[in-house]
Amino acid sequence: MAAVASPYLAAFAARFQLVLQYRAAALAGFATQCWWGAIKIMVLAAFFYGAARSQPMSLEHAITYTWLGQAFLIFLPWNADPDVAEMVRTGAVAYDRLRPVDTYGWWYARAVAWSAARVAPRAVLMFIVAAGLMPLFGLGAWSLKAPAGLEATVLFAVSMIGVALLSASIVLLINVVAVASMTDRGANLLIAPFSNLLSGGIVPLAFFPGWIRPGLRLQPFAGLFDTPFRIYFGELSGWAALGGVALQVGWTLALVLLGRWALGRTMRRLQVQGG
Amino acid sequence: MEALRLYGRYAAASVRGQMQYPASFLMISTAQLLATGIEFLGLWALFARFGQIEGWRFGEVCVFYGVVNLAFAFADSCARGFDIFGSEYVRTGAFDRLLLRPRTTAFQLLGHELRLSRLGRLIEAAVVFAIGAVLTHLAFTPAAVALLVWAMVGGMALFFGIMVISATLAFWTVESLEIVNVISYGGVEAAQYPLNIYAAWLRDFLIFVVPIGCVAYFPVVAALGHADPLGAPAWFMASSPAAGFLFLAVTLWVWGFGVRHYTSTGS
Repeated sequence: MAAVASPYLAAFAARFQLVLQYRAAALAGFATQCWWGAIKIMVLAAFFYGAARSQPMSLEHAITYTWLGQAFLIFLPWNADPDVAEMVRTGAVAYDRLRPVDTYGWWYARAVAWSAARVAPRAVLMFIVAAGLMPLFGLGAWSLKAPAGLEATVLFAVSMIGVALLSASIVLLINVVAVASMTDRGANLLIAPFSNLLSGGIVPLAFFPGWIRPGLRLQPFAGLFDTPFRIYFGELSGWAALGGVALQVGWTLALVLLGRWALGRTMRRLQVQGG
Repeated sequence: MEALRLYGRYAAASVRGQMQYPASFLMISTAQLLATGIEFLGLWALFARFGQIEGWRFGEVCVFYGVVNLAFAFADSCARGFDIFGSEYVRTGAFDRLLLRPRTTAFQLLGHELRLSRLGRLIEAAVVFAIGAVLTHLAFTPAAVALLVWAMVGGMALFFGIMVISATLAFWTVESLEIVNVISYGGVEAAQYPLNIYAAWLRDFLIFVVPIGCVAYFPVVAALGHADPLGAPAWFMASSPAAGFLFLAVTLWVWGFGVRHYTSTGS
């Protein structure tokens, strides 16, 4: 078992350590995400300001939701894995076919490492600033609140692992599109707005009209932001939270199977660029 | 005059080049139209839920959104040369060649490319603007039209200025810095909503430092015939887009400073 998993774990560890080196990128990303978070929160607060009826999510929860979204923003599938895109461009994708490993598993391990290594420093900084420093500077009302309790914390942690795995399964599908179309441009243009809207990244899914919300919460992207964040502030607890995690896992398995099948099909008629 | 003719030739060459791949142009434009349209659904959902934002209605916010996005799409399609300046001119040393030619560097970068694929974003912004105009029964009096055009032209100047700043930074950092997106894309995002909803520090930043509010808020409020919650006088609302040109002038001055301190990476 360990021998089978080891090349994939090695691929994960190597890339995780490599990507973690980019400290300037992490700082710049963090600053950008603080700025966007502040704008989003002010817009939400302004909407709440004149709202008469009670809302499906309180302003306090919406603020926590927004900071969490900024902290874990990189987990949204924004584009194809740039390494895979580069391999498609140069034709080096042929080398990956020669490795004595399963290409899907190899790319999957690298995709998880790629997002996790970029999320880790940004999320730590975001918690330090939005949860730790903001209350100290009298901005407590606008800060990232602590999770609802011990149960919520544990379930949230489990759910965030689910997010990393689900996100990678979607990135792998984008990779397959990039390989099949010989460029990552087309897929990259469309996936970002889709994942941003459907995950609840632009607006929490709770604020969408009631008739569309149940459907929105069943689709796979909801498992990236909406489910774990509602677990965090306790809106989903107990069996409902477990159900949310089960849906995440279910979608991950389904998308992995779909990705494996699509990659296998694509690789059988692979055209390699370069000379 | 001669410069205008020369720019026309730059632009024509660029358009001809892009039209060698008509399918690619069409697909990228369509994808951008879809992408910006999808993001707009978020704004729509918030209005469907809350009805208004500090007294502003959906239609009015559509007009703000349309004006700032139109200005940005126009500027973005012309300013590609500044956008990729760090990676394609400074890092490679190709900027040396621009310095040898008998035209200003800013002018040559402007001629780098006229990016047609921004058409998608432009169409989306125009559609949202039209929705806003219908919903607010926007009266297209000569004064209102002049204000809106003035706002968009001022906005283009401002976004040009931001891209010039971003390129100027590349003289020292070599690579283009994505952090500048905070004021370009972040500014567009902020200016899609009326300025009065923001906290004072952000509002002041958007009026006095990077004056997006001056091009995309005050003139639009005046064109909508809405009383300004911030209490700006009428003469100010009509003249504020000039701040975009002022900003551009300052950034071009900083650009000149950067050019004088340029050290080539080439050998």
